[in-house]
Amino acid sequence: MQLRQMEPTTSAPAARLTRPLEGRLVMGVCQGVARHLGQEPVVLRLAFLLLTFAHGLGLIIYAVLWVFVPQEESEGGRRPVRDTAQLIAYTALGLGLFTVTVLFGGLETRDTTWPLALGGLGALILWQQADPGRRQGWASQVRQGWIRMLLGLALVVTGGIGVLVAEGDLKQASSGILFTLVVLGGVSVIVAPWLVGLVRELRRERRERIRQEERAEVAAHVHDSVLHTLTLIQLNADNSREVARLARAQERELRNWLYQPKGDADATLAAAVRRHAAEVEDDHGVPIEVVCVGDRELDDRLQAMLQAMREAAVNAAKHAETHVISVYAEVEPEQVMIFVRDRGKGFEMTGVPGDRMGVRQSIIGRMERHGGTARVRTAPGEGTEVMLTMGLT
Amino acid sequence: MIVDDHRLFRSGVRTELGDAVEVVGEAEDVDSAISAISSLKPDVVLLDVHMPGGGGQEVLRRVLGSGSTVRFLALSVSDAAEDVIGVIRGGARGYVTKTISGTELTDAVVRVADGDAVFSPRLAGFVLDAFASSEAPPIDPELDSLTQREREVLRLIARGYAYKEIARELYISVKTVETHVSSVLRKLQLSNRHELSRWANARRLV
Repeated sequence: MQLRQMEPTTSAPAARLTRPLEGRLVMGVCQGVARHLGQEPVVLRLAFLLLTFAHGLGLIIYAVLWVFVPQEESEGGRRPVRDTAQLIAYTALGLGLFTVTVLFGGLETRDTTWPLALGGLGALILWQQADPGRRQGWASQVRQGWIRMLLGLALVVTGGIGVLVAEGDLKQASSGILFTLVVLGGVSVIVAPWLVGLVRELRRERRERIRQEERAEVAAHVHDSVLHTLTLIQLNADNSREVARLARAQERELRNWLYQPKGDADATLAAAVRRHAAEVEDDHGVPIEVVCVGDRELDDRLQAMLQAMREAAVNAAKHAETHVISVYAEVEPEQVMIFVRDRGKGFEMTGVPGDRMGVRQSIIGRMERHGGTARVRTAPGEGTEVMLTMGLT
Repeated sequence: MIVDDHRLFRSGVRTELGDAVEVVGEAEDVDSAISAISSLKPDVVLLDVHMPGGGGQEVLRRVLGSGSTVRFLALSVSDAAEDVIGVIRGGARGYVTKTISGTELTDAVVRVADGDAVFSPRLAGFVLDAFASSEAPPIDPELDSLTQREREVLRLIARGYAYKEIARELYISVKTVETHVSSVLRKLQLSNRHELSRWANARRLV
């Protein structure tokens, strides 16, 4: 250990001894130690198993490490993953060794061993109760906290009495125990109200702190976005187009922050449609109303469809001289449809020169290359609608 | 009549509405709205969804619960599905967002006054989504599903078509389009499909 600490280790985080969540068999102690020492876990596991037969030394070391070595940080409440098959193998091995030692009389048990083990187990359960971090893991298995508490207490008391009985001291100790109980009772009566008050105070403080943190987060967000935008608007007060653009962009951002579930940035069609529409809106200053029905994961063909949609929206924003563009995307079981519509000036399809790439290549060609279709309906003065359809197979 | 808790917004709407609509009164919270509605008896109430004291849904519940036949058009900045579906199920005959232009708003008010329903593209999208998202068999087939025609009409609304354009597109009269929309509204309000509310709650997005 000393040596290891003096080494100029490059992997600093690994130097800290933790109990990993993945690949553990019981509580991850062996694996954690093995990782720390750069050994295979199997070596450590066998060592602990063998040490257990030396007056239970392995078990005690294991328990101590379990209590004092922190569990690995888990992201998002991951449940520990155990390899049950290996666990069974080790248990079988342990039982085998146990049988062998008993058969050959190699196991020197004193009468106090079992009571001590019971008491130790009880103490561990109580320990678990006391630490909120550890409590989590148990909560799913034994529901009521007080049942666990009672179980732990009962085990400790049984263990203690067992030791006394085995040593033949119970008679002498009983009056002492009684006296201790009375004193404890008296002390708890005196201290209890103060303790309760303290706990309440702590809880109140914690709530207050959470509230303040939340408020700080909201304030930070408002400051970064809203106040910033308001400043920009004041600076651009004489440029109505820019003001409108800023206001729209801020509105969109605020809405996202308020209503959008976190973390679905770009994985699905609806989110991507909204993002593309927002970008076109920002670039060209024409509001785009997006309506989405249904949703699904994105794939290459839908990406192509999105590009076509974007092109259509850009065209509408640049050429149609409209005050609003409507985008409607619908996901059906067998196909996806996206409509981009404006009420601008429209154009004559046949009047578009053949070398103009926009509509023919970027929209119709792109859709057809990916197995979809695009139709453009337009007439001068009637606005334009681009209809994109992509079949799903 | 305009019910909204922002004074600036009320005066904004007043100027936007123009001459076609006469604004008989304003109210700024649930209680004043209810007393004003019962004394002024307006044809249409423009109702803000979010207000102190229970919001638009509370006004709807108390006014329509007392047997009044006044018509409501919900008007809100919120595009959250639960708000939209909430006020429609509460009895509003339409839902438009505050970004709507003055002429469109006037048009919508006139239409609601005539007893028709007003769906914004977004509301149409919500309705399509809500009725499409059910895997469970409908309890009442008549109320719990949309006809093919109603679906087409809603889809065109969602695509940004005006009623007149829808009528031309589907070769039907504007009156028929209105009938379809009203029928969708009725289904939306009467369908006791719990999925509608559950869907709206599960989907707290814009």
